[in-house]
Amino acid sequence: MAPRTSEKICGMGHSMKRKEDARFLRGKGNYVDDISLPGMLYMAIVRSPFAYAKIKSINTDAALAIPGVLAVIDGPTLAQYNLHWMPTLMSDTQMVLPTDTVMYQSQEVCAVIATDRYSAADGVDAVEVDYEPMQAMVTPWQSMESGAPLLRPDKEGQKDNCAWSWQHGNKESTDQAFASADVVVRQKMHIPRIHVASIETCGCVADFDPGTGQLTVYMTTQAPHAIRTVVALVAGHVGLSEEKIRIISPDIGGGFGGKVPVYPGYVIAIAASVVIGKPVKWIEDRTENLQADSFARDYHMDCELAASNEGRIQAMRIHTTADYGYTDAAANPSKFPAGLFSICTGSYDMDTAHLDMDAVYTNKPPGGIAYRCSFRVTEAVHAIERMVDVLAQRLGRDPADLRIQNFIQPDQFPYQSPMGWEYDSGNYEGALRKAMDMVGYDDLRREQAEKRARGEYMGIGISSFTEIVGAGPSREFDILGIKMFDSCELRIHPTGKALARFGTKSQGQGHETTYAQIIAEELGIPALHIQVEEGDTDTAPYGLGTYASRSTPTAGAAAAKAARKVRAKARKIAAHLLEVSEDDLEWEPGVFTVKGAPDRSTTIQDIALAAYTNHPQGLEAGLEAVHYYDPPNLTFPFGSYICVVDIDRGTGQVHIRRFVAVDDCGNIINPMIVEGQVHGGLTQGLAPAMYESLIYDEDGNILNGTFMDYLVPTAVETPHWETSHTITPCPHHPLGAKGVGESATVGAPPAIVNAVVDALSPLGVTHMEIPITPPAVWKILNDHGVAE
Amino acid sequence: MATQSITVTVNGQAYTRDVEPRLLLVHLIRDELGLTGTHIGCDTSHCGACTVLLDGKSIKACTFLAVQANGRNVQTIEGLAEGAALHPLQEGFHEKHGLQCGFCTPGMIMRAVEMLERNPTPSEEDIRWGISGNLCRCTGYVNIIKAIQYAADKMAEPAEAN
Repeated sequence: MAPRTSEKICGMGHSMKRKEDARFLRGKGNYVDDISLPGMLYMAIVRSPFAYAKIKSINTDAALAIPGVLAVIDGPTLAQYNLHWMPTLMSDTQMVLPTDTVMYQSQEVCAVIATDRYSAADGVDAVEVDYEPMQAMVTPWQSMESGAPLLRPDKEGQKDNCAWSWQHGNKESTDQAFASADVVVRQKMHIPRIHVASIETCGCVADFDPGTGQLTVYMTTQAPHAIRTVVALVAGHVGLSEEKIRIISPDIGGGFGGKVPVYPGYVIAIAASVVIGKPVKWIEDRTENLQADSFARDYHMDCELAASNEGRIQAMRIHTTADYGYTDAAANPSKFPAGLFSICTGSYDMDTAHLDMDAVYTNKPPGGIAYRCSFRVTEAVHAIERMVDVLAQRLGRDPADLRIQNFIQPDQFPYQSPMGWEYDSGNYEGALRKAMDMVGYDDLRREQAEKRARGEYMGIGISSFTEIVGAGPSREFDILGIKMFDSCELRIHPTGKALARFGTKSQGQGHETTYAQIIAEELGIPALHIQVEEGDTDTAPYGLGTYASRSTPTAGAAAAKAARKVRAKARKIAAHLLEVSEDDLEWEPGVFTVKGAPDRSTTIQDIALAAYTNHPQGLEAGLEAVHYYDPPNLTFPFGSYICVVDIDRGTGQVHIRRFVAVDDCGNIINPMIVEGQVHGGLTQGLAPAMYESLIYDEDGNILNGTFMDYLVPTAVETPHWETSHTITPCPHHPLGAKGVGESATVGAPPAIVNAVVDALSPLGVTHMEIPITPPAVWKILNDHGVAE
Repeated sequence: MATQSITVTVNGQAYTRDVEPRLLLVHLIRDELGLTGTHIGCDTSHCGACTVLLDGKSIKACTFLAVQANGRNVQTIEGLAEGAALHPLQEGFHEKHGLQCGFCTPGMIMRAVEMLERNPTPSEEDIRWGISGNLCRCTGYVNIIKAIQYAADKMAEPAEAN
């Protein structure tokens, strides 16, 4: 689609080069660890070597004797202020620092405050903690055994280690459909515990000014406003009132959901700054980040599909056991304990479905955050996209053909899913056909047949996912009661330039560019001259932040709406300047022209100047607008991915020969940035499919808690991604756009698994757990006597 | 702790400092000299966010002591552009959308500077192996590779013109 605006204006559809690049390319970004304040102290954290232990004593004498060490803060210290516990975003509770028991390895035990990093680290080394270890419960099966010790006696009424149970859908009709189905396929699958591992770890600089009572916290947060309110709620009783709290989210070195929660380190640093009256910096190292910050996934799913002999999918049923670690520290909307997992019926028109889930406490770090996905959508997509292939294999059908038979058709939108979602728009077959053409599907199937005849293992895997992003409508979506709208405040300066502020916060998504393009599209002001600001709660309008691919669906819409309010006022000023009625004016981006008199026109720049120098009587001066956008629905981006793999019979190595990704995120604001988001998402789909998982031994010791063995893909493992798109506009978003940042993370893993299973299917393989490692593949080859 | 006097030239300017022998080069650069473009992303020398040039050779400044840099030349991302003119690699990363959050970018670029010096006409495979000690979580590397290829082409231009 050709852009409507000129290159100079650079509205929607232009691959505008990013405005934020200039500072990053010169090393002039401003990340949290780059911030240095006069008199700033450093904090380092003593962490538990045990997964479950009583703390018998903490001896800080040796630490305090080290020059430069000023204080050691422990649980009893915080308990004096009633700050030793905090709520999680899921209304569970979490220790800030323990007073008697540690619940997972690397849990914060106490914090050393010192004049510099090195002294703080020395202090951590010198603190002596005497523990009495207990037998950790590492798997949900252990903690659900009858007679298992109660992990959360602190929670009133807690009788066992089940955090919560949840069900959704229609059990009766689903059970009936399964009872009468021609074919039922069932597959258990585990989506392992993984970590977002943004290259920047988490940290903060807490700066309390005892003179003014003002607290400023520079922190790695994706949701600064929500954090401000949480801090005010948690620490109101010690005098921190919301108007005195300023949260600044500076440049963020990647978030992916890992920078949504409130970690104990932030709270301890704030407490330390308040108590000492000086700025306190806390920056976690990579080991701490991997071992203690929120994990993602860890769903054990038992999945079933019911279908007719002809291949029509009729019903789906999933029982999930979710391992939440020590507390539910996810960041889902309040009414959705399992997030948006109920998108699991995917792209297929089935009659009914039912889910039930038990969330279980274990002696592992808390979490349940997203890893670049909209609240458990990755797990849902893995379930359905794997199960469709399991069914295809059972029926002896081509997986593309079976998908096309079952897709929701374009004329069925808006489509009511059996789980109660209203899918906004889609053309699933269009995306799949395009991917099949790009990859040369029929030729690949012919090649595969030839190779199979020669005993070679080549596989083709498809994933045709439907996403659900952009939370969300206030009638259903809130976090701690705060509705999930988002906002834009737009000011036009007298010289026709603009400043726009948002409640979201970019972590690399390019908001400074794309939001400017949205406003450029609506007002005709060149995007280059629209300054975008986010992340400072003192200046930005309230919003819920950036995660779950929500920025374009919510704040992007707010930008368009705010700009349209400005345009409505601009029209009144234009009518005044041109001495005609508003109805006589026509709008082209940047210019109002009198209908039928093309020589009589006025530009947005002329109007901006007039707003401050010659505004019409009866109209307020100035040209500004604020919009809080409450989306009427979520957006449902989709796509089809095809992965082609060759398997090395000698090593079990899976070589991804091709990976074609066709995405549809509705109308595109900046094609270059969308493609970049897809590239990154695909790589974070590859990662859990083939490399990443957090592994614990039977005592709860993490076995791969550093980058030495937690395998973030490098450029060598990452294939050359081939991308394209179709465009099916969103009917309810002001720009017709949908979110896109996470589609690829969600869609890629099952395409890879399906390809490997397809390759090994002649050996009777019907499923493989992720990550698919060379030893796992080699074992299958060897067991069948075909390893070389 | 006893300190030692060292003189390190960073981006052409000589700095003399009394430092603890255990001070890491990356902390000298960031905390003592205030050059915060060099980042820290891990503690095991895997991520490469701290990559700088030492006498023209790329090293990971998180696993190198400041005292080892005594009398030597360090170049960081801040020393790469000449005034307003970006280095071809910086230009390439901008043109090809080779960065998103920007955190790995300085290390990635400094690594690529040395790589192109050693091999001015790298293949895609050469580039992939060449940057395999630098992790990026945002871009999926495709556009970083294009950015480095862009820079290689651009740097080859004057030679051809001569």
